[in-house]
Amino acid sequence: MTMLTETISNQPPMTVGVPASGPSRGLDVERVRRDFPALEQRIHGKPLVYLDSAASAQKPRAMLDAVNAAYIFDYSNVHRGVHTLSQRATDAYEGAREKGRRLLGAALRDEVVFVRGTTEGINLVAQSFARPRLRAGDEVLISAMEHHSNIVPWQIVCQQTGATLRVAPINDRGELELDAYEKLLSERTRLVAMVHVSNALGTINPVAEVIDLAHRRGVPVLLDGAQAAPHMAIDVAALGCDFYTISGHKYFGPTGIGLLYGRRELLAEMEPYQGGGEMIRSVTFEKTEYAGAPHKFEAGTPDIVGAIGLGAVVDYLQEIGMEAIAAHEHDLLTYATERFGEIPQVRIIGTARHKAAVVSFVVEGAHAHDVGTILDQEGVAVRAGHHCAQPVMERFEVPATARASFAFYNTRHEVDRLVDAVGKVLEIFG
Amino acid sequence: MDLREIYQEVILDHYRKPRNFSVLEEANHRAAGHNPLCGDRIDVYLTVKDGVVEEVSFQGSGCAISTASASLMTEAVKGKPVEEVERLFQSFHAMVTGKGDAPEAGVDLGKLEALAGVREIPIRVKCATLAWHTLKAALAEDSEPVTTE
Repeated sequence: MTMLTETISNQPPMTVGVPASGPSRGLDVERVRRDFPALEQRIHGKPLVYLDSAASAQKPRAMLDAVNAAYIFDYSNVHRGVHTLSQRATDAYEGAREKGRRLLGAALRDEVVFVRGTTEGINLVAQSFARPRLRAGDEVLISAMEHHSNIVPWQIVCQQTGATLRVAPINDRGELELDAYEKLLSERTRLVAMVHVSNALGTINPVAEVIDLAHRRGVPVLLDGAQAAPHMAIDVAALGCDFYTISGHKYFGPTGIGLLYGRRELLAEMEPYQGGGEMIRSVTFEKTEYAGAPHKFEAGTPDIVGAIGLGAVVDYLQEIGMEAIAAHEHDLLTYATERFGEIPQVRIIGTARHKAAVVSFVVEGAHAHDVGTILDQEGVAVRAGHHCAQPVMERFEVPATARASFAFYNTRHEVDRLVDAVGKVLEIFG
Repeated sequence: MDLREIYQEVILDHYRKPRNFSVLEEANHRAAGHNPLCGDRIDVYLTVKDGVVEEVSFQGSGCAISTASASLMTEAVKGKPVEEVERLFQSFHAMVTGKGDAPEAGVDLGKLEALAGVREIPIRVKCATLAWHTLKAALAEDSEPVTTE
């Protein structure tokens, strides 16, 4: 698999003073920016600097056009009608599943389930896979850098079954402590659920090792890929993970759609998640036969157009190339880290050696919310708060952080705008 | 909008040096407030005697707006009859939400007017009102923690 970890060396490239376009080959950022209409606007009279893509990413015209065209020309329900429009909608929907397969690197299209997002993907696995298998005293293992969506579903299923949630610790850089993780893998461990890339810290987890250590003990692994998919090529087949789930809206796609990959054998054994239309083969009042995967997990009319929009993004990003994207973002991360390093009052939270382009930071003497408000007045959009990762905030003993999260449409000039805006914070609070 | 309208000197001063920032052991009214959106937390303590707020204090952590608002609030309500405190809250609320044109007749917001700029940033209104909602809960002796959501 082509992982960002491979492009990130321990010695970041010297990039100080390189002009705004950066040294990244193969990515024409000015051209890319023209594909995103939202980036053209001004906020409080200043050109928008959108650094909140980890919360939700902006949308390319190719996706917006695909959604529009699907509603205007090819819209009907799927897997239902014999008429032409239903056939076209079904073809487009199942075509999007094939694109989802490509995105995830899955071997089979039937291993790809459309869900509402990462949160639903995790809940589905918790309820349909874990719940029937967990017994009192069993353990589910997560890490200390999980998003709430990879904590709470496990707490619920543990409560339902009497299982215990165990948490692998992280170090002061925000990296998984692999030795401690290995020790926590016990004969009681039934599942590992871990984030691929941390939303609050940017840490890229050593997922190949995480999976290998678990598999050696016969423990299946779910990866939360919400923050990985927009930044690097995913290859679930090469990773050998058992479940992998992503959100469309963080991947420049529509809201309300996401993907869950599940290994074929596991999906086949699993109970349905919800009951309804679409997920059945035949229904009588005495007995219902379920459809096979993936439709078994897609009760009701699905988010047809959302899936089509997500598929359009897969095509769009393939054209640009995930390697070019990863290289460009790594340059932005290096540059932003250097520029923040010049400001003694700024502390970066999350300094993992393998890191995605997320810079979580605190400004001495100023609360993250005040930082967020002042940056917004400067046209710079960042997230301020606990990033749905309160245990991470506790680990680093901060109530909240401001977080600049980059996507491939951001520029070095925007990093400068961010740093200047933080200067305003210091002017007021310094 | 000029950021200095929000982050006035009086706000920054009360943020850096919050007044009445302590636990009031002898309080006969207390309540906890929480803004789950940003994680701001506050505890408000009151000693009310014969319908008058004799002592008031707060503890907690939050942004400049919520901390300064709590600090200014304690100064504003100390020594005031409970009914007057309630009128003060109504006027303050109207000011920061931009609802209602002028403060109620006969209510002088005094230093609290420093927070008027918050109405320009609707998403921060809850920061300014958290302490007041918590105060109200303390007066009503609600046992449940107050939340802004």
